Amino acid sequence: MYNEKVMEAFKNPQNVGEVENYDGLGKVGNAACGDIMQITIKVENDVITDAKFKTFGCAAAIATSSTATQMVIGMTLDEALKLTNKQVVEYLEGLPPQKLHCSVLAEEAIKAAIEDYRNKKAGIHAKDKEPEYV
Amino acid sequence: MKEIYLDHAATTRLDERVLQKMLPYFTETYGNANSQHAFGRAAQKAVDEARDKIATLIGAKPNEVYFTSGGTESDNWALRGTCNSLKNKGRHVIMTKIEHAAMLSTAKELEKDGFEFTFVGVDKEGFVDLEELEKAIRKDTILICCMYANNEIGTIEPIEEVVKIAKDHGVLCFTDAVQAMGAIDIDVKKLNVDMMSFSAHKFNGPKGVGALYIKTGVPVARLISGGHQERTRRGGTTNVPGVVGFAEALKLTKETLGKDVEYVRSLRDRFIQRVTAEIPFARLNGPKDGNKRLPNNADFSFEYIEGESILFSLDLAGIAVSSGSACSSGSLEPSHVLLAIGVPEETAHGSIRFTFGKENTVEEVDYTVEKLKETVQRLRSMSPLYEGKE
Ligand SMILES: Cc1ncc(COP(=O)(O)O)c(C=O)c1O
Ligand SMILES: [Zn+2]
Repeated sequence: MYNEKVMEAFKNPQNVGEVENYDGLGKVGNAACGDIMQITIKVENDVITDAKFKTFGCAAAIATSSTATQMVIGMTLDEALKLTNKQVVEYLEGLPPQKLHCSVLAEEAIKAAIEDYRNKKAGIHAKDKEPEYV
Repeated sequence: MKEIYLDHAATTRLDERVLQKMLPYFTETYGNANSQHAFGRAAQKAVDEARDKIATLIGAKPNEVYFTSGGTESDNWALRGTCNSLKNKGRHVIMTKIEHAAMLSTAKELEKDGFEFTFVGVDKEGFVDLEELEKAIRKDTILICCMYANNEIGTIEPIEEVVKIAKDHGVLCFTDAVQAMGAIDIDVKKLNVDMMSFSAHKFNGPKGVGALYIKTGVPVARLISGGHQERTRRGGTTNVPGVVGFAEALKLTKETLGKDVEYVRSLRDRFIQRVTAEIPFARLNGPKDGNKRLPNNADFSFEYIEGESILFSLDLAGIAVSSGSACSSGSLEPSHVLLAIGVPEETAHGSIRFTFGKENTVEEVDYTVEKLKETVQRLRSMSPLYEGKE
């Protein structure tokens, strides 16, 4: 059901873990639904210099997390905010239709991490804004 | 690469001897069993012999065995057929919460047609609550359905007691014995059940062929209208090689049942023992007592990780298993069986079913445990839920 590119990303995911002293953290999804994705980013001069992920989820969730982190490294925050799950899926040369929802999490986790970074910078407590999960 | 098949509850390999029995019925004795000429009569003879053989092996009369396209059709037929034939008597049906989808989705459709269902719960090992079942019986109850053994967690239900309760109340009783047939010596006469479904591909027979046992006198309306096949109760040209293979597979299964069950159980027990001892946060689903679960079945939930990613990691190592993970089903609901036995949703997502067969070896079991350990560790190291748990 998965193509080779997806299986390769699942088998050898890049950027697994947590960025040390990260500037932004996005955590989306919930365990009851079967997918949780956490992305941490390092930001310098509005450019994402590092990104790492931790995912509880299916092969598609792991492959798209890995791909999304690879895609955003080097992007400006505004560029990264425009990253869509569709682009992630295109990069992976497609996902089975019932798996597209898993790729949405990657897009959301990146957006959440950037929002967290911007909130912190603006002095809003991350605690108040931490994305909800159960 | 290794190829280790641990999904025998999904289907099994066709026995070579069964294949040899079937082959002539594709190209030599290829007549339509309903035709009157010699070609037809030869095919009919093979069908009759297959039916006789199967009937003898399960303690039924030959005219109580109806060939179908498999377990799903038999389940549909028993349920829908009984509802259709008894709808003027009553419209209430009782079934367990852990029936196969063939039953549960048919029930959903029948609810729309005005039938009422009571879904009886099970305990944390998957055993049906007999008290609840008896209490659910009403004046208008026409059928009680309880699977013989569960396909996911392997629970062998107290089916004799279920039948007894049904009989005490004068209600018909159906059992789905699709998973049980290859593992338990079933005698329908002794069991006194009214209907029973089974399917050849679960015990080294061909796919797409099965049967519904219908006790003499039980009024089940037909599901598939057509010609005069199966004493006019199930239309459609008989799958002659299929039923020949079905009978042979059942015969061979019964011949070595005791020995095979003992061997498969020993592999399964070794696996359960090693996984329980060597992998932390692994929960065995289903009965702890190995004699009360199907001998081939081991079902585990691995906490903090998701089942589909375990499945594909093992697949990459050449090991074939099944997962109750929601993300593969498209519905986003984890397995109804695991929820029914009280497994929390997040744990249910990380569930894998391993089902062994007589072709498996001890080496394969040990290799699987090693690969499983690596996989679980790798996925946990990626999981945001595992942090701090190590
Ligand atoms: C308990 C149970 N009932 C019914 C079925 C359906 O049988 P078949 O595959 O022959 O349609 C299966 C197998 O998937 C099963 O495990
Ligand atoms: Zn998913």
